[in-house]
Amino acid sequence: MSDTSELPEGWGLVVGLEVHAELATATKLFCGCPNQFGSEPNTNVCPTCLGLPGSLPVLNGTAVDYAMRLGRALECEVNPSVFARKNYFYPDMPKDYQVSQYDLPTNTEGRLALPDGYVVGIERAHIEEDTGKSTHIGGDGRISSADYSLVDYNRAGVPLVEIVSRPEIHTVDHAKAYVSELRDILEAIGVSDAKMEEGSMRVDANVSVRPVGSDELRTRCEIKNVNSVRSIGRAIEYEARRHIDLYENGDAPRQETRHWDEAGGRTRPGRSKEDADDYRYFAEPDLLPLRPSAEEIADIDASMPPLPAARRAQVIDASGADGDAAALIVERSQDGLVLDTVAAGADGASVVKHAVNNLADGVGELTASAFAALVGLESAGTLSSTQAKTVLAALVERGGDPEAIASELGFEAMDTGELESLVDGLIADNPDEWARFVEGDKKIQGFFVGQIMKATKGQADGKVVNQLLSRKASS
Amino acid sequence: MSKRISADEVAHVAALARLSLTPEELELFTEQLGDVLEHAADVEALDLDDVEPLAHPVPLVNVLRPDEVTPSLDRDEVLAQAPAAEDGQFRVPRILGEEP
Amino acid sequence: MSLVPDAVDHAVDIAAAVGAGERSAVDVLNEHLDRVAANEGEIHAFNEVLRDEALAAASAIDQRVGAGEDVGPLAGVPVALKDNMCTRGIPTTCSSRILEGWRPPYDATVVTRLTGAGAVVVGKTNLDEFAMGSSTENSAFGPTRNPHDTRRVPGGSSGGSAAAVAAGFAAASLGSDTGGSIRQPAALCGLVGVKPTYGAVSRYGLIAFASSLDQIGPFTHTVADAAAVHDVIAGHDPLDSTSIAGSLDRVSDALDRGVEGLRVGLITQMMGHGIEGISADVLARTRAAADALAAAGAIVEDVSVPSAIYGLSAYYLVAPAEASSNLSRYDGVRYGLRSDGPNVTEMNTATRTDGFGPEVKRRIMLGTYALSAGYYDAYYGKAQKVRQLMVDDFARAYESHDVLLSPTSPCTAFPFGDKTADPMTMYVNDVCTIPSNLTGHPAMSVPYGVGDDGLPVGVQVLAPAMGEAVMFQAAAALEALR
Repeated sequence: MSDTSELPEGWGLVVGLEVHAELATATKLFCGCPNQFGSEPNTNVCPTCLGLPGSLPVLNGTAVDYAMRLGRALECEVNPSVFARKNYFYPDMPKDYQVSQYDLPTNTEGRLALPDGYVVGIERAHIEEDTGKSTHIGGDGRISSADYSLVDYNRAGVPLVEIVSRPEIHTVDHAKAYVSELRDILEAIGVSDAKMEEGSMRVDANVSVRPVGSDELRTRCEIKNVNSVRSIGRAIEYEARRHIDLYENGDAPRQETRHWDEAGGRTRPGRSKEDADDYRYFAEPDLLPLRPSAEEIADIDASMPPLPAARRAQVIDASGADGDAAALIVERSQDGLVLDTVAAGADGASVVKHAVNNLADGVGELTASAFAALVGLESAGTLSSTQAKTVLAALVERGGDPEAIASELGFEAMDTGELESLVDGLIADNPDEWARFVEGDKKIQGFFVGQIMKATKGQADGKVVNQLLSRKASS
Repeated sequence: MSKRISADEVAHVAALARLSLTPEELELFTEQLGDVLEHAADVEALDLDDVEPLAHPVPLVNVLRPDEVTPSLDRDEVLAQAPAAEDGQFRVPRILGEEP
Repeated sequence: MSLVPDAVDHAVDIAAAVGAGERSAVDVLNEHLDRVAANEGEIHAFNEVLRDEALAAASAIDQRVGAGEDVGPLAGVPVALKDNMCTRGIPTTCSSRILEGWRPPYDATVVTRLTGAGAVVVGKTNLDEFAMGSSTENSAFGPTRNPHDTRRVPGGSSGGSAAAVAAGFAAASLGSDTGGSIRQPAALCGLVGVKPTYGAVSRYGLIAFASSLDQIGPFTHTVADAAAVHDVIAGHDPLDSTSIAGSLDRVSDALDRGVEGLRVGLITQMMGHGIEGISADVLARTRAAADALAAAGAIVEDVSVPSAIYGLSAYYLVAPAEASSNLSRYDGVRYGLRSDGPNVTEMNTATRTDGFGPEVKRRIMLGTYALSAGYYDAYYGKAQKVRQLMVDDFARAYESHDVLLSPTSPCTAFPFGDKTADPMTMYVNDVCTIPSNLTGHPAMSVPYGVGDDGLPVGVQVLAPAMGEAVMFQAAAALEALR
C-alpha cells in the first residue's frame, strides 16, 4: 500500500533522490590517508586532505574503478569524465571548494528497477570528495545557536559517489524501496558499506507536488539529513503535505534546502540565503580527465556479481518464494544457501519458510546438505516442525548431521501406538472435557493437544495428534 | 564609470569571495576591473564556436595512484599551526547555517 | 646605485670544486653570506635568511665529500627559494600577511630534489604577494630592489629570487612563472631565467597561483648553470598529477650543439607588428640577437603567431579565475592569519580583508566574476578556447621552426611606483611571456646586452612542449655570441 494514497485528494507526489555513498576504499580520494570511520579527530590527515598551501591531489584508481562498477550495476553509460571545482566557503571544506564532477560525470543515463518492477531513471552517478565534520558546542546543540564549533577533517577527502535519480518517484513506498535497493546493490558489488547510521550512505530528497494528472514540475525543496529508510518516508510525506497546505491556502513553497528534524517529525528551513548558489564550477586544473577504455568497462561487466534483482528472481524461480520472502533472503545474502538446499532436493516452500522465520540471526555453521536433510526429515514426518526448528538452531550454532542431532535431543519419531495410549489415558482422566470435544466444541481441542505435547515434551507431531483425536471422537 | 561591470556586481563578487570593501575601494576596484574587462573585449568578441577549450596544457589522461595507505601528519604539528584548537580539533566561531 | 658584484662563481664551477674536495662548501657559503651581510639591507631579496641552517647543511656536505661520497651535481651550490615553495618547519609566506608565521609540515618536491643534489638553501626570497605582479612591489613585506640600479624594480613576481642571484647572495635560485614571473625579472636583472614545459617540474609544494599555468624554474648567471639546475629539478613526481611521466632529455648535454642549420623564427607580433608598447631598444637588441644567430649559421625568418595578440586578455581571465579558487582556502580556519568575527562567515571575511593586499583582492574579484553564473561562457570559457587557438598557431610555427625568438620584457627595469597606479600598465609587462604559460610550452630569457639606459635586456627563446633541449641549445649559442 502506498503512503501517498493518504495525500489529500487530487495531489500527486514528485520525488528525485540524491544519494551520497562513501566508497569502501583503503585510502581517501586524492591522498593516501586512511579512509576510516571512527578514528581520533584529525589523525587521518595530510597536506592534501587538509588543503594546505602547495598540496596537490592524485586520484585513487580504486575509487574510480568502484564508481564505474556502480555505474554499470545501474546500467549507466560510463563516459570520459572531467573533475570540476565547486566553489563555496564552508569550514568543513579544507580548500573552500569541493572537487566533484559537473558537466562531464563518469556515469550517466542509468536505471534502477525496484522489486515490484517499477523503474526509476538515473540521471548521473558522479565521483566527488566528502567534507569534514563539525561539532557544535553550546546553545541547544543546533548549529546556529552554538557558541562555537569544532572541526575534524578525518572525513575530508573520503571518496563519494553521488547517485542522482530522475524525478520519477511518485510514492513514498517507491522512495523507500529505491533507497533500499540502491543500498543492496552497493553492498552486493562491494563498493560501499552503505550504512546510513554511520553516514556512509546519505540521502537528500527533492520533493514537490502537483495536481493529479498534471506533468508539470513545481517548485521543489531539497530535504537533507534523512538518516534512515523510515525517515525518508516520513520526511517526504511531511514535506509533500506542507506544500499542499501552502498551495491550498493560496500560497506556494519557495525553492530552498530544508532539514529533516527526526525528533520533531518535521522539516525546517536550512542555511540562511546570504550566499546565492553560484558555485563557479570550472575544470579542476590539478587533475586530468578520465578516459575509461572499452576493455576496462568490459572487464567490469564480466566481473559483475549477480545483482539483487537477478538474485531475487532466481530464488523465486527455484523455490516458489513470494517477492517479499525472496527480497528478505537476498537482503540477508542467504540466497546461495537457499538455492543449494533446494538443488539438493529439499522442498522449496519448507526451505523458504525456515529461511524467513528461523534464520534472521544468520546461517552460522549451517550447510546446504544439512539444511536439505533436515527439511527431508520434517517432510517425512520424522520431525515435527517445532523439533525441526530446534534442530535447525543447533545446526546454525555448531553444524553437523541433523539426524544425529535429533536423536541426541531425544527427538525420536513417536510410534502411533504409544501416542494412542497417551490419548486414551487423557480421555479417561478428563471425561467432561472429552464430552464437550465430542459435542463439537473445537475450543477444547487445544487443551488436548497441549496436554499431549506437555506429556511428550513436544516430541509428538501436532498433525498426528489432531488426526488421532478426530478419529476417536467420531468412532 | 565603466560599462563593463557595475559597483553592485563588484560588491556581489566581493561578498562571494568573502572580502569587504570600503566605499572608496568599491569605486576604485569597479573602475579597475572595468578596465581589465574592457581589454578582454577582444577575446570576448572572437567567434570560437568550433574551438575546444583547453583546460590542461599537458595531454595526459587517467593519472591514477594505487589505493595504498601513506603516513598521515602528526596531529600536534597540524594543530600547532591552527589559529584556534580544542580537543584535537580546529575551533571556529559559530557557523551560521548548514552546508549547502 | 649598482650592487652587482664584480665577479661571481658559477654554479657548475662551485659544484665541480666542492664535489672534488677542492673548495669547502662552507667557504663558498660564507662568501655569499658576506655579500648578504653587506647588501641585503639595501636589496631586500629575502623574507628570511637561513644562515644557521645553511651553515649546518654546508658543513655536512663538506664532511660527506671528505668521506668520499658523491654529494650530487649541485654540491655546495648556495641556492635561494622563492617564498611560495614549502619548506618544512620554515616560514613560507608568499609575501602575504595571510600566511605570516605559517610553517609547512612538508617540503616541496623541488626542495627535496635540490638538497638531495647537494645544494645549500640560503633563504626564502621576496615576491609579489602570491606571485601576482611584475615588480615585487606587491609584497606585504616591502619591495625588493634591483641590484643593477637600486632605484628600480627587479621585475616580478620572482623579484627576490632574481635579485638574490644578481647580487651574488646565491649562485642560483628558483622562481615560479605563471605569466612571466621568472623570465621578466631575469631580463630585468641580467640573468638567465627558465620557464620549463608545464609538467616538467613538479608543482607539489609550490603554493598555487594559477594551477594550469604555474611552473617552477631556475635563475642563474649562465645557461650552463640553468641547465644544471633544470636537470636536477625536472622529472616525474607521482605527487603531482600533471607531472609528465617518463624520462626527460638532459639539457646539459645539448649546450654545445651550436646553431648551424637551426631554424629560428622571430615572432612578428612581438616585434612591433601586433603587440604594442615594446620599446625600441628592446626590439633592437632582439633583432641583433636574431642577426647574430643567423651569422652563426642559423636560418632566421619572421614567423606569424596570430593569436599571440590575445594572450594578455586570455591570461587575465584564466589566471585570476584559477587564483580566486586557489586562494579561497585562506579563510582563517586551519593556518595563518585569523581576524576575529562573531561568526565564521564574518571571521572569514575579516581575515581575508585584513590578510590580502589590493592586487590579490583585485584578481580574486576579477576571477570570481569571470567564473560567475552568466559570465563564464563570455570570459573564462572563451579564454580557455583562446588557449587552444594559441596551441594550434604555435604548432604551425613549429612545423617549420625549431625555436622562436622574441623580446622577454617590453622594457628594461623601471623605477619604483612607475606602473603601480594603473593595473593594466603593469599587466602589459607580461605580454611576450604569457603565451608560453597559456600553451604550456617552455621558454627562457637570456641576457643580450643593455638598453639605452644601460640596463640589462633579455631575449626570449621559445620552444615546443618538451623542447627544452633545443631551447637550451639555442640559448647557449646566443649567450656565446653576446
